Amino acid sequence: MIKLNEINKTYNTGSNSLHVLKGVDLSIEKGELVSIMGSSGSGKSTLLNIIGMLDNYDSGDYFMNGERIYQMNEKKAAYYRNKFIGFVFQSFNLISFKNAMENVALPLYYQKVSRKKRNIKAMEYLERMGLAEWAHHLPNELSGGQKQRLAIARALISEPKVILADEPTGALDSTTSMEVMDLFHEINDLGITILIVTHERDIAAKTDRIIKLKDGIVDSIVANGERKKWLADQKMA
Amino acid sequence: MFDLDKWQEIFSTIRKNRLRTVLTGFSVAWGIFMLVVLLGSGYGLENGVKREFQGDAVNYISINSGVTSTAYKGMKPGRRIRFTNEDRDILARINHVEKSSSRTFLFSDNNTISYKNEYGTFDIFAISPEYRYVESLTITNGRFLNNKDINDYRKSVVLGRLVYEALFKNKEEAVDKYVKISGVPFKVVGVYNDPGQDRDLLRVYIPVSTAQRVFNMGNYIRNVCLMLGGAGVEQSLQVVEDVKNKMSARHKFDPEDQRALFMFNSIQNYQQFMDLFAGIRLFIWIIGTGTIIAGIVGVSNIMMIVVKERTKEIGIRKALGATPWTIVSLILQESILITAFAGYIGLVSGVGLLELMSKVLPSHDYFANPEINLNIAIAATVLLVIAGAVAGYVPARKAATVKPVVALRDE
Repeated sequence: MIKLNEINKTYNTGSNSLHVLKGVDLSIEKGELVSIMGSSGSGKSTLLNIIGMLDNYDSGDYFMNGERIYQMNEKKAAYYRNKFIGFVFQSFNLISFKNAMENVALPLYYQKVSRKKRNIKAMEYLERMGLAEWAHHLPNELSGGQKQRLAIARALISEPKVILADEPTGALDSTTSMEVMDLFHEINDLGITILIVTHERDIAAKTDRIIKLKDGIVDSIVANGERKKWLADQKMA
Repeated sequence: MFDLDKWQEIFSTIRKNRLRTVLTGFSVAWGIFMLVVLLGSGYGLENGVKREFQGDAVNYISINSGVTSTAYKGMKPGRRIRFTNEDRDILARINHVEKSSSRTFLFSDNNTISYKNEYGTFDIFAISPEYRYVESLTITNGRFLNNKDINDYRKSVVLGRLVYEALFKNKEEAVDKYVKISGVPFKVVGVYNDPGQDRDLLRVYIPVSTAQRVFNMGNYIRNVCLMLGGAGVEQSLQVVEDVKNKMSARHKFDPEDQRALFMFNSIQNYQQFMDLFAGIRLFIWIIGTGTIIAGIVGVSNIMMIVVKERTKEIGIRKALGATPWTIVSLILQESILITAFAGYIGLVSGVGLLELMSKVLPSHDYFANPEINLNIAIAATVLLVIAGAVAGYVPARKAATVKPVVALRDE
């Protein structure tokens, strides 16, 4: 599904240049639930942005669904983002002046689905997230957990192949975090590939595979079975 | 371009960002409103003054005789110059003069005009028929004085509309009736109207020849008017010079004497007013352009803030699959919609105010019918809309090409 070879990314901020990704190799199969961990500055968010076509990379190869994604034009990138990828962000990134239903329906607007149809579909997804009664509320009237479920509904509505979540539980308490993770499991069971960036171990522990980034390269990949051992190692270290 | 869904999206955005919408709209509406009021008032001023001129021809030179103020060729100052019929004939031969008229008048205080039991005192002008062109009279009934009246010393009279209304109380036909001027019956031959002031309508005209004979005036006249046809300012000044020289030679006064002759050059006067209006119009246009520029700057400013404010939203939309063009057109159409609507409101309220002004304000001598060339007003509105669109386009284009990750990072 997703294949990265020797991905490099450098940020230039004025006179400084920051080499964030120094040759990342990564392969994620269809239907996997993977997490990316790393300390801040390890490049995990950058990697996720590149995978989500929200950012460009400098060198290397990135294949998504067998197609090479490299400096594609905005229109094509927009099409891929809309068709294949659903985003979930730490800060939810809901549009504040649109109500819950309109927020969820927005990706369908860019697929040119009629208003009526997309609102019906949005209501379906809100119902699945248990937010039906909040459909006409604005985002700032919802709790953190509700907002994130709303964001997930929005990510799902375009029936993407991959969901990319950047610290999805970063702004949530632990109970809500776990609820969100349960939700991700449910979604994953439907065959949707999920990639979660997190720095919380208990969140990572609930995924099939943990990709550990360190200083811009893949430091280690821990498959589900080895996870406990790896966690133990981490504690000893 | 017309996509119902997109408009719904735009309307919902507008509805939810009222303050922003109102501010943008206000700066546009205000700009257009000021422009309309300014141009309209300028036009009203011009209209008013032009109307003042409407009562008179604008191509004549009027010459009145005065009293000398300097000694000349052995003559003492303080000598009264008196024109006679002959003077008119001499002046009529001057180059560029197309027509001429002579005029004298009877003092109204001891010359009442009466019809049956109605009477009053009015200005009595004794004139030659050409005088009609000086005053631009419109005959509403009957005819004006003609050469036959002059030659046959007929006792004919033409009444001003207000004189007619004063004497003929029940609006009966006046033509062929006799009115008495200082006890002498004169036959009414016509009634005239004049677009100028009321003063011009409180007046009657009688033939100059009859007046000279009936009221013992000899062959004296008080005024000669020379009509110059299509002559320009240059030629009119030349005529003025000629008049001075000819009269000074004939009546023996210093041609430089400012008091011997009183001349009014309507051509020069009119030209001065026209120049003044060209100046006022230029001034109004400069201010109007300034107002529009201020409006454009206002719209541009707000559009830039709008785009800045919406950077995060743009990032979100892009992450959800919006193409740069969708983003740009969303912002542009919103901007165009607001500016066009606000411009329209400004236009309508500006025109409304002008209408109110022309209805409520008393009709003043120098202000009439303020109005605006609608094409100019619409062009200004369109200009503002385009300016708003361009002002929105530049930052919108920039925001739309920014990578979503940068836009999303924007807090």
